[in-house]
Amino acid sequence: MSTDAVIEARGLRRSFGDVHALQGVDLVAPAGSVLGVLGPNGAGKTTAVRILTTLLPPDGGSATVAGLDVVKDAQELRSKIGLAGQYAAVDEYLTGKENLEMVGRLYHLSPAESRSRAKELLEEFDLVDAGGRTAGTYSGGMRRRLDLAAALVMRPPVLFLDEPTTGLDPRSRNSLWQTIEDRVADGTTVLLTTQYLEEADRLADRIAVIDHGQVIAEGTSDELKAKVGGERLDLVLEDEAQAAAATEALAPLADGEPAVDGASLSTPLRQGSGGVVAAVRRLDDAGVGVTDIAVRRPTLDDAFLTLTGRPAEEASTDGEEPA
Amino acid sequence: MSSLRWTVSDTLVLAMRQLRRIPRQPDLLIGYTIQPVMFVLLFRYVFGGAIATPGFDNYASYLMPGIIVQSIAFGGFVTALAIADDMNKGLIGRFRSLPMSRIAVLSGRAFADIALNALQLVVLIGIGLVVGFGFGTDVLKVLLGILLLLGLGFAFSWVFCLIGLLSGSAETSNAIGFTVIFPLTFASGAFVQPSTMPDGLRQFAEANPFTTLVDATRHLWIGGEAAPANSDVWMSIVWIVAITVVASFLAVRRYRSLAG
Ligand SMILES: Nc1ncnc2c1ncn2[C@@H]1O[C@H](COP(=O)(O)OP(=O)(O)O)[C@@H](O)[C@H]1O
Ligand SMILES: [Mg+2]
Repeated sequence: MSTDAVIEARGLRRSFGDVHALQGVDLVAPAGSVLGVLGPNGAGKTTAVRILTTLLPPDGGSATVAGLDVVKDAQELRSKIGLAGQYAAVDEYLTGKENLEMVGRLYHLSPAESRSRAKELLEEFDLVDAGGRTAGTYSGGMRRRLDLAAALVMRPPVLFLDEPTTGLDPRSRNSLWQTIEDRVADGTTVLLTTQYLEEADRLADRIAVIDHGQVIAEGTSDELKAKVGGERLDLVLEDEAQAAAATEALAPLADGEPAVDGASLSTPLRQGSGGVVAAVRRLDDAGVGVTDIAVRRPTLDDAFLTLTGRPAEEASTDGEEPA
Repeated sequence: MSSLRWTVSDTLVLAMRQLRRIPRQPDLLIGYTIQPVMFVLLFRYVFGGAIATPGFDNYASYLMPGIIVQSIAFGGFVTALAIADDMNKGLIGRFRSLPMSRIAVLSGRAFADIALNALQLVVLIGIGLVVGFGFGTDVLKVLLGILLLLGLGFAFSWVFCLIGLLSGSAETSNAIGFTVIFPLTFASGAFVQPSTMPDGLRQFAEANPFTTLVDATRHLWIGGEAAPANSDVWMSIVWIVAITVVASFLAVRRYRSLAG
């Protein structure tokens, strides 16, 4: 057990009726780090965030954030955390400025402090021009920024972001990532949930992959990729009828069964197998024509497929209830 | 700083939030003004001719206290919708994650509702005076009646806070409001005298707290033989306090144990 862990959860359990949303989840985030909680819809990410932000008591297990117990010290803990939930929680009938001032007042800042903090945040989040308009007129990206700004009113040492970029266009996503990175550079400890492998890869120091309420893998992005095996060979056949022949030709190099999708074929490579050169030679000898061939390092997509037995995209089809 | 001080401060901040929202929601304002006016006109002119209210100057005199009690009690309905909306939009989640009072979201709402109810009262008394209603007592009693009605509105804000928290959706709030509270206001002495109702319903209407409230308002505003002083005013205060205590207790408990 690391002593400098700012977020530390042990064996968290929580059920809703007979839905076991969390079945013994351990999470650890050292000070100043970003912990990515990666999982498809319904995996239990939001439930974990709610427990860690004192919104929901766990059925079992325990957790501390900033050294405070999420159940026993809940009220004290609330002044140390910022939460940007899965749905931008802004009052649509208040202006951006009014929203931030209200949150400041509820953190028990004085009216003057609330005003000046709101002003700073509007500048920082590029919402100065929109600050006087009601949030109902904002775009999805602007709402997210306002929501994140509200979570940062008190400059909390620990920040929880539940799917902060879900539903955003790539440009808004990138600017939000930049903002989160700035916070981390300032020493904030962040727990971030996401369904996007790319997002966890970019932002998180360590990643906990969660599925059906359980952590099925934990480590750095590189460690997770290593778990999936070494490099992968991707190729596109000239003729998809030759898939079987290609599989047979590559068998001595492959570390497991290849995934075939039409004319595309992807296979994990055995360590020291000789890579593209060896593969091309073997395919050539077998008379298999390819239009494209490349060796790549495994992505988190591959990791997810290997760990859960299904692709991340496919897993995220079930509907979802808002908070 | 004492926690009471922060409870008051948080309540004011959230009451302010509601008051700011009022002028920005024209549909809500219509619900609070045009709708009750339509009701007054409907009852006064469509049904009024067929409803006998011996002892009262005209049907408008009998009707106005009844329709005002109904509008004030049922006006809290908007509160249920707003609370359900706050839950769905994740705002309640945000408030619950803040180091603020665990009552303020609801108490702020209930206090802000007083302003909305006052607005509604002004509109309704205004239209009442136009269609033939008249006060028959002194200023003090009229003001006491107004206080009683604002107290009723406050009590029902808590009831509807609870409904909003329990139902979690506008649709369910709607269903509860229209199948439970709305009929309750009709099965009372608000629109017709209970003595004209069949057995069973009559006893129910006589015991209905809405009847008590309406009779108390009639006594305070009209007085005379038709609306005698009896225990209604005291009983009304008892009802208002009882409803406020029970509903606020249950609503706050529910708020604290929300799963979001
Ligand atoms: N308040 C609730 N009541 C009933 N079931 C819930 C509730 N919250 C979450 N669940 C269920 O728990 C499971 C995990 O949900 P959640 O934590 O929201 O997953 P994620 O955020 O990873 O999509 C899902 O099956 C979801 O339907
Ligand atoms: Mg979620």
